[in-house]
Amino acid sequence: MSDYILEMNNISKEFTGVKALADVNFKVARGEIHCLIGENGAGKSTLMKVLSGVYPHGSYKGDIVFEGQVQTFGRIADSVKAGIAIIYQELALFPDLTVYENIFAGNEVRRGAVVNWNQTIVQAKQMLDKVKLDVNPETLIKDLGVGKQQLVEIAKALSKNVKLLILDEPTAALNENDSENLLALLRELKSQGITCIMISHKLKEVISIADKATVLRDGRTICTLDASKGEISESVIIKNMVGREIEDIYPKRANKSFGSTILEVRDWSAYDSKLGRAVVKNVNLHVKQGEIVGIAGLMGSGRTELALSIFGNPKSYKLQGQLSVNGKPATFRHTSDAIRAGIAYVTEDRKGDGLFLIQDIKSNVTAANLHGVSSKGVINANEEVKVAQSYKDSLYVKAPSIEQIVGNLSGGNQQKVSLGKWLFVGPKLLILDEPTRGIDVGAKFEIYTIMNRLISEGMSIIMISSELGEVLGMSDRVYVMAEGRMKGELSIEEADQEKIMQFATQ
Amino acid sequence: MTNTLKNANTSSVRGGRHKLPASEGTQANMFNEAKSLLKVNIREYGMYIALFVIMLTFSIMTDGLFMSSRNISNLLDATGYTAVLAVGMTLVIIIRHIDLSVGFAAGFMGAIAAILMTQAGMPFYVTIPVILVLGVVIGMFNGVLVASVGIPSFVASLAGMLIFRGALLQVTEKTGTINVDDSHFNAIGNGYLPELAEVSGLKLLSLILGVVVILLYIYFEFAKRRNKQRYQFEVVSKSIFAIKLVFVSAIIAYITWILAGYNGFSWTVIIMLAVVVIYHFLMNNTVLGRHIYAVGSNPEAAHLSGINVKKITYIVFGSMGMLTALSGILYTARLQSATTTAGTLFELDAIAAAYVGGVSAAGGVGKVTGSIIGAIVMASLSSGMNLLGVGISYQYMIRGGVLAAAVIFDVMTRKKRG
Repeated sequence: MSDYILEMNNISKEFTGVKALADVNFKVARGEIHCLIGENGAGKSTLMKVLSGVYPHGSYKGDIVFEGQVQTFGRIADSVKAGIAIIYQELALFPDLTVYENIFAGNEVRRGAVVNWNQTIVQAKQMLDKVKLDVNPETLIKDLGVGKQQLVEIAKALSKNVKLLILDEPTAALNENDSENLLALLRELKSQGITCIMISHKLKEVISIADKATVLRDGRTICTLDASKGEISESVIIKNMVGREIEDIYPKRANKSFGSTILEVRDWSAYDSKLGRAVVKNVNLHVKQGEIVGIAGLMGSGRTELALSIFGNPKSYKLQGQLSVNGKPATFRHTSDAIRAGIAYVTEDRKGDGLFLIQDIKSNVTAANLHGVSSKGVINANEEVKVAQSYKDSLYVKAPSIEQIVGNLSGGNQQKVSLGKWLFVGPKLLILDEPTRGIDVGAKFEIYTIMNRLISEGMSIIMISSELGEVLGMSDRVYVMAEGRMKGELSIEEADQEKIMQFATQ
Repeated sequence: MTNTLKNANTSSVRGGRHKLPASEGTQANMFNEAKSLLKVNIREYGMYIALFVIMLTFSIMTDGLFMSSRNISNLLDATGYTAVLAVGMTLVIIIRHIDLSVGFAAGFMGAIAAILMTQAGMPFYVTIPVILVLGVVIGMFNGVLVASVGIPSFVASLAGMLIFRGALLQVTEKTGTINVDDSHFNAIGNGYLPELAEVSGLKLLSLILGVVVILLYIYFEFAKRRNKQRYQFEVVSKSIFAIKLVFVSAIIAYITWILAGYNGFSWTVIIMLAVVVIYHFLMNNTVLGRHIYAVGSNPEAAHLSGINVKKITYIVFGSMGMLTALSGILYTARLQSATTTAGTLFELDAIAAAYVGGVSAAGGVGKVTGSIIGAIVMASLSSGMNLLGVGISYQYMIRGGVLAAAVIFDVMTRKKRG
């Protein structure tokens, strides 16, 4: 097996201080389907971005050898020219243009500056035949389902004479049938000599299709498994994915005692009409007073959507099922209703929809509960300062003053401000979505300590997290989500990394 | 030893900046404090400084004619109808929208006011609230289009602009210009505080008003300071506090003195001041104001914080509509008639005033007081250049240049601090 179409040797890539890839070696033989596996943040996407020239030559260390030649891609167009095409999870199609326009967007069939539309349509038909998609090329993309859109993407790649096709979680948004079709197509393309790299979280798929599988963890290559030698199995992959030692940085809680159920959802579904599919499917979940409930799962498994659908449904999903607070049925028309019922949601995207970055710490802390520092609609500025100062102190926010603009704070301090905003509301149930993403270990520990303190004060917490260590270290009970469904519920005693990953990759 | 002394010294300097009474500090302390205050607030003060420079330049170039009682009085009266629009527009731009319909909507509502009084015989004290309510309704309608139907405000208000232009023509078409002869109504645009007596050529009632304003200002500043001390917060040193009081009082006194030397405070100026004070209070001291800033700086975060973004949008557009009606009333009263072209380009003057006044197009940033200063800056440029006999073609170009310069300054200072 010396005929490698692609060799990536000792690739390292750093983002200001954080090592995303460390000496990664990745070899793909000609004509195989090679799966790339790893947890969120393991470095899969970064590696593919290095390969495709999103991160240009010079911004990483190591060599890319493609078709026997060392490549120095300066931009995406270079890798496309060499015959590499990536299809991302979020499809890069123009919804308001037709199928044939999309297939040849940026690669127009033309004479000089004039596009030959008739020829374009003829060629588009040929490409559609290749991917076995039977639609009129003049259909608008937005009128196609996600599965068919994906095929259009592949047709687009084929039109550029692709030699190496990379698919990033291609079946994540597809139903069973579409997934099967797609996998069949990949086998077909393989028989035509097209090499394929597929990033996937669904291990069943990997097992059914992969000739080889490479596992990445924490930016390193862990192993490459060979199907022909019978090395690819669920247990082997999971063991290699999660093999990390968990450091004991989680402060212990002394006496655990749980009260009555304060929140429960039954048969809960949420349909996103913008995406045209259900994002939460028949979920059952409950939280007791004084409990930390972890929700594990991979990105895109529907955890954030579940949280939002409970928290006043700001994305206007179509909801089904029963929601009850303290045993009584409840409906929230707006986030403010959920807040009034004692629920707070600390978003995973603190910069995007959590904080007011151009405002100061003070205004952010009081933003969700201005009535707490005002009477008859008039704010007591001094009271506000006092409140903001007390949260700044009790949450260990490191900033010169509460007049500091939040956009200038570090991630950890921003997260604490975001937390402070919600604590000032005085919630009974705190939903934390990826509470420690992107913050340093010291700040993490402080946030865990704060969580324990809140529990001891009688609060309950739902913690959504992709970090297994955090889920296992902090939770009293663990739910695992995948594809919008609750795949499993584990008590903390029976939960371990393998079990969680097994549910998450179903 | 020397080291410790030095340390003790610097820490006392630092402390003096905030805590120690001035009597214990030195002059250098005070200077440092003033400097740091200036540094922190450079963007805000920049505008006042620009206005001062513009006024000073014109005064010198016109041998003092620019700062004469008559000119300043006319200048402020002519700013009135743009200034109230600029206040409303500030809120609209803060929540990341725009309203292009306000010019002709103002003209239209002014015409409706004229028709109600002249043709329907409605007394002026009924007409004004009716028109203001009409304004709120029109504004709310825009708000619904923008927030609930989801039309971009640029397009929705562009449609409104065309519609109101047509509506204005429609109601004035038959009669042409509608003359208003209600003296009370016309006084809003042309009248002044009644004369009690003259003290060496100055209007007494206006002088009294000026003194009352100064006393109120000093009272509120002291109350604010006392309140802060009650919470044991840091306050500026006594000397800086005193300087600020004297400085602002002097400015109020000077303006009063200038206006009292002509006809005194006009009703337009009083209405304008009232609008500014109310909206300044609304934006800085109320929950509603803070929600408006929150929606402007991050609508998604505002929604997740339990703020009803739609409701805020309705309110802001409703307030814009009300101020549009007020602007129409001021303009009609000033001309003592409703004309077929009333309101032409008001919206652009208001938007320019807001941008010159430091409102950010990215949303979430801007002050009502800034926009008023912006309106006065633009009016001063016109007035000064008119006095100097600068051709209208150059006037437009210079005003455009100032608008661009103001925004560039804004972007630069923001970058530096960001």
